[in-house]
Amino acid sequence: MLRTDGGNVSEITDKDKSNEQAGPEGNSRREFLSKAAKGTVAAAAVAGAGALLANSDTAEAKASWGEWFQKNYRLMTDEEKKESIARLEKRYTEEFGKKTTVDGTPAQEGVLFGYALNIQKCIGCRRCVHACVKENNQSRDNPEIQWIRVLKMEKGNFLAENMDKGYPDPVGIQVGGNAYQNAGVTLEGEHYYEPEQVPEKGHFYLPMQCMQCEKPPCVKVCPVRTTYREPDGIVVIDYNWCIGCRMCVSACPYWARRFNWGEPNLPKEEMNPNTHYLGNRPRMKGVTEKCTFCMQRTRQGRYTACVEVCPVGARKFGNLLDPESEVRKVLEKKRVFRLKAELNTYPKFFYFID
Amino acid sequence: MKPVIRFALDSFLYLVRGSARYYAWLMFLGFLMLLMFYGAFEQFTKGMIVTNYNDQVSWGLYEAQFIFLVGVAAAAVTVVFPSYVYHHKKLKEIVVLGEMLAIAAVSMVMIFIMFHMGRPDRFWHLIPVIGIFNWPNSLLTWDVIVLNGYLGLNAICGFYYLYKRYTGQEVNKLFYMPLVYISIVWALSIHTVTAFLINTMPSRPMWFHSMMPIKFISTAFAAGPAMIILAFLAIRKYTKLKIADEAIETLAQIVTWCLGIAIFLGISEVVTELYPATEHSFSLQYLIMGKHGLSGLVLWYWSSVLFLLAGFFMLLCPPLRKNHKFWLPLACVLTFAGIWIDKGMGLVVPAFIPSPVGEFSEYTPSAIEIINTLGGWATGLFIFTLLAKVSIGVLLGELKYSEDEGWSPSGEWEPIVHSNEEVYK
Repeated sequence: MLRTDGGNVSEITDKDKSNEQAGPEGNSRREFLSKAAKGTVAAAAVAGAGALLANSDTAEAKASWGEWFQKNYRLMTDEEKKESIARLEKRYTEEFGKKTTVDGTPAQEGVLFGYALNIQKCIGCRRCVHACVKENNQSRDNPEIQWIRVLKMEKGNFLAENMDKGYPDPVGIQVGGNAYQNAGVTLEGEHYYEPEQVPEKGHFYLPMQCMQCEKPPCVKVCPVRTTYREPDGIVVIDYNWCIGCRMCVSACPYWARRFNWGEPNLPKEEMNPNTHYLGNRPRMKGVTEKCTFCMQRTRQGRYTACVEVCPVGARKFGNLLDPESEVRKVLEKKRVFRLKAELNTYPKFFYFID
Repeated sequence: MKPVIRFALDSFLYLVRGSARYYAWLMFLGFLMLLMFYGAFEQFTKGMIVTNYNDQVSWGLYEAQFIFLVGVAAAAVTVVFPSYVYHHKKLKEIVVLGEMLAIAAVSMVMIFIMFHMGRPDRFWHLIPVIGIFNWPNSLLTWDVIVLNGYLGLNAICGFYYLYKRYTGQEVNKLFYMPLVYISIVWALSIHTVTAFLINTMPSRPMWFHSMMPIKFISTAFAAGPAMIILAFLAIRKYTKLKIADEAIETLAQIVTWCLGIAIFLGISEVVTELYPATEHSFSLQYLIMGKHGLSGLVLWYWSSVLFLLAGFFMLLCPPLRKNHKFWLPLACVLTFAGIWIDKGMGLVVPAFIPSPVGEFSEYTPSAIEIINTLGGWATGLFIFTLLAKVSIGVLLGELKYSEDEGWSPSGEWEPIVHSNEEVYK
């Protein structure tokens, strides 16, 4: 039933570990000392205010000024949306040296997107992770950003030799020796696993990404309403309106939101020129981003990149309002659960088993 | 010339005259502020990648200062409340110093918010009308309102009072007293809202409990007056303003009781979380005992416990509490440091460890974060020093409006601030 042959991950370089920023810090510390010694401190301070907006490249600077003064996308008139999109297309085309389109397709009538993932089938190959990065123009390194993280879970390992090795309890309360090994979906998921082959024995996998909650805590806490729920159920971010306060990052119970700690590094040749304004267009430093169900694809009737690439067909996607859609069939026929359902966030991302 | 302009000019002239020690202090703070300008330049140009923040621990040293300093700002009420509600004479004389401390603390809060933001250039998005203000949904917008309101209230009350003293008039009670009473309630609101800001996120179980607001207030009313006592002792020592023992004793009692309540609340939290030891207590376990081999905050936590208990027992003994030479300042420093840890790094960082998917990873501030933080504090102390100096000048009558027509800014250039020998007593 499980197709393990497709699971070789040796070609995948999953060096995420996004908390490893040793490089830049080491540099900045050295730079700091040398610069301070040269007495450029005061000059730097004066330049500080202007530096955010000033850009040596004038075409880009023009677009930046236009972007800086524009309204929140949700509140723009159609005219303003067009203008803003044209400005971005021009800029991206110039910046990445290829014809880039920025789509502004709104949500379609009668569509509510939903997702279902078969944890029984998932083999943890992380093809979805990398397809997502490729499709959605995430920063490739420093910082490396991935919207999907695959957690490796223990199936459970109860050992007879632990029978009597209870907790060394001074007050005589019996705790079984196997009590400290987690099994199943727990808060002990490991997402840096790098085996020769997947799936690994004794484990199963739980991919996580934005759950597109119907009651999203991230939207509620945003002080400037830059993140909101579109009528087709996708929670989006206007990257140009985000102030980078990271309230949403803290409020998300699914660890689905990513922050651009530095200027994103997106090589020209790897940039996907088919973008959506609220989706995969290139981002800037200091803003939050997350999975948008590939809206540049799905609003055109295509599947998301992760659904397309999944070698075992664990990922199902469709319109929750259409009784004939695959995702609705899954909800009807399979055993389905949501993550952290007790938080009442009502995800539209479901997990199921056959 | 209008008295208001004369007040501004006189204050300025009073500020630039001072002892060598005064200048040395300001220059020391100025140096730290220069370092901060460099750090700010680095961070605002390169992005927050110059900090050690990461996807797992996305808040850190800046937010710790922010939360702690909101408490310090709120603590001005420990001077204002006894003055105007219990008519504590000796505190009432110097109540304006408490208001000045609040102004300085809120200024620091603003600085740390700027460092906290990924896009400080888009700050205007938060301004109602020209931006979008997600009120009442977002608690951050509530925080913006209460903090700015508190800054405004204290600035109006403080400067209005000083101006009236400067011109030798009585304050208009119909105008002044309502503002004072509003500011008392408002002080509670700033810290309550800051607690609500973080304790309304079930994604962070360590913060997700209803004890947070009262714990915030009790710790604030211990750390804040502890700092005020230290400032008052310094003012007594280095200026001619003789702050009465009685005022200091009242504040010391406030510190004692609020610290006692804070310790009790801390114990309640630990027992409630660690007795059942569910997954939701992992953050606290990491903080107190370390978990999965990571123990970066354990030493900090236990030093905080030690500081707070030691400070509390010193304050409980009247002979020690009344010893203004050594024991009271020591107890205040311990209280301040203990709560700075407890409500700063000890509160902000562990809430992110583990992450919502259960990942344990540690965070240590980067050099840029540290210099920006030092600079933020230096800026606040700089502001407080200047504000306190003007206040002291007015309270002492050295800054006084005179009807004399021959007044000119350069007219009476004589050193008014006290040589270092001229200390209190």
